[in-house]
Amino acid sequence: MSLAELICPAGTPAALRTAVDAGADAVYCGFQDATNARNFPGLNFTPDELRDAVAFAHAKGTKVLLALNTYPPAGKVDLWRQAADTGARIGVDAFIVADMGVADYIARSHPGIRLHLSVQAAASSPEAIRYYCENFGVKRVVLPRILTIPEIRQIRTEIPCEIETFIFGNHGLMVEGRCSLTNYLTGQSTNMDGVCSPASDVEYARHADGSMSSQLAGFTIDRFSPEEKAGYPTICKGRYTAPHRPEGYYAFEEPVSLNLSRLLPELIEAGVHAFKIEGRQRSKSYVRGVVRAFRAAVDDIRAGRQANIADLIALTEGQKQTQGAFETKKWR
Amino acid sequence: MSLSTVTPARMRPGEGAVARLACLALQPVLSRIVRRTAARHPSLFARLGPHQTTDFLIDPVELPFTLHLRPDPAALILRAVPRDAAPHAGATIRGRFLLLLELVDAEEDGDAAFFSRDLDVSGDTEAVVRLRNALDDMDGSLAEETAAMFGPPGRAILARLRRAYSSTTTGQEIA
Ligand code: SF4
Repeated sequence: MSLAELICPAGTPAALRTAVDAGADAVYCGFQDATNARNFPGLNFTPDELRDAVAFAHAKGTKVLLALNTYPPAGKVDLWRQAADTGARIGVDAFIVADMGVADYIARSHPGIRLHLSVQAAASSPEAIRYYCENFGVKRVVLPRILTIPEIRQIRTEIPCEIETFIFGNHGLMVEGRCSLTNYLTGQSTNMDGVCSPASDVEYARHADGSMSSQLAGFTIDRFSPEEKAGYPTICKGRYTAPHRPEGYYAFEEPVSLNLSRLLPELIEAGVHAFKIEGRQRSKSYVRGVVRAFRAAVDDIRAGRQANIADLIALTEGQKQTQGAFETKKWR
Repeated sequence: MSLSTVTPARMRPGEGAVARLACLALQPVLSRIVRRTAARHPSLFARLGPHQTTDFLIDPVELPFTLHLRPDPAALILRAVPRDAAPHAGATIRGRFLLLLELVDAEEDGDAAFFSRDLDVSGDTEAVVRLRNALDDMDGSLAEETAAMFGPPGRAILARLRRAYSSTTTGQEIA
């Protein structure tokens, strides 16, 4: 049986302490800049906050992973290098990287610190994963959310590193690290600036009939009737009209979250080493609820008991959940 | 801009006067809350960034007044104002009073409340996100701290409010 580590999100120092106390094996977080893919206003850590957070987590036996998982624009690598140097000085347990240049810098400058390959690298074949392992010493790959469990089991036998998969949270459906939808509408890049649907470009408009529309850079992404559950204002989960669908429809994906709690035993058996909970932009309340539920489930499975996963539907986007491609390739 | 599913109740006769009285009575408490919070959690101002001078309206739909917050460390404002006298706000956050309190205390998740349409935000979304993240980084409970300012009666009122809120959200009878 794999160790089944729980990798939990923290957008603030208080959320990190919450995750640690709720039973995280490791917490992942980022700095307040474009070096990570949750570069949201008011979120993330200053170097001083990260230093204190690492001390807190280590005192309780929890690891801290620093996300440096965006792509530096060509020739502008200093911010990423400085972030890596700061993280190394503070003593983080691993860096989560997507860009080969960033991986190369860390492999050369801080060879004693583990490298994890971010989902943003979109490495989904044994050949791609082996390339990162052989050239940069990557110790773990976070798999894109496009693989079935049999495929994960097969990949496991063909790569020399650990596997981490997402288990709960927001579920983007484009090729990870390659989506340019936000860039197209707002001029900001998800993959280089670290933000999808930047809050400064989002507006919610109310209508006389009680419905609400969400807009990004002036484009309407969705309109929810008064009784309808809402989702994030992300373009991939927008509802659009088209000549053949004048009533409006989810052209790519509905507002929905990934929830693999029921597949946890199978994933552990398939050799997945670590399970990632998405949601650095979410509240302490979310972190506490989701981490506690998965902590209890993993402990039950390790002890040979039936896992009784709490119902987490209230925390899902649009209050809908899916097992996505993990269950079947027919998803979308 | 018009209204959403969490629409404030229509004003009843005499409610304007009640609202004004309630605002006057509440003001000393609100001033103490905001000063104590600022003193105990100074890091929240950094998370607010340029929105320290934004005017927020925090609008508890079932109460006869709304709260005006300007989290400017140089001139903090938290005051109750009758809805018809509310200033023009950069951002508005609207929901049931206890939900708003539970959000501040991280007992509830803001995104989940937004998905379920129990929470309504309008105006500058970045300002709302910054305020949310700043408040979420506070340890402890603002509700408990405030209740403690009034000793055992304050705690009893808070406990009763919470019971009422959880029973209405779960559909049970109030005990
Ligand atoms: S638009 Fe959707 S797929 Fe693209 S980055 Fe945003 S969440 Fe991911």
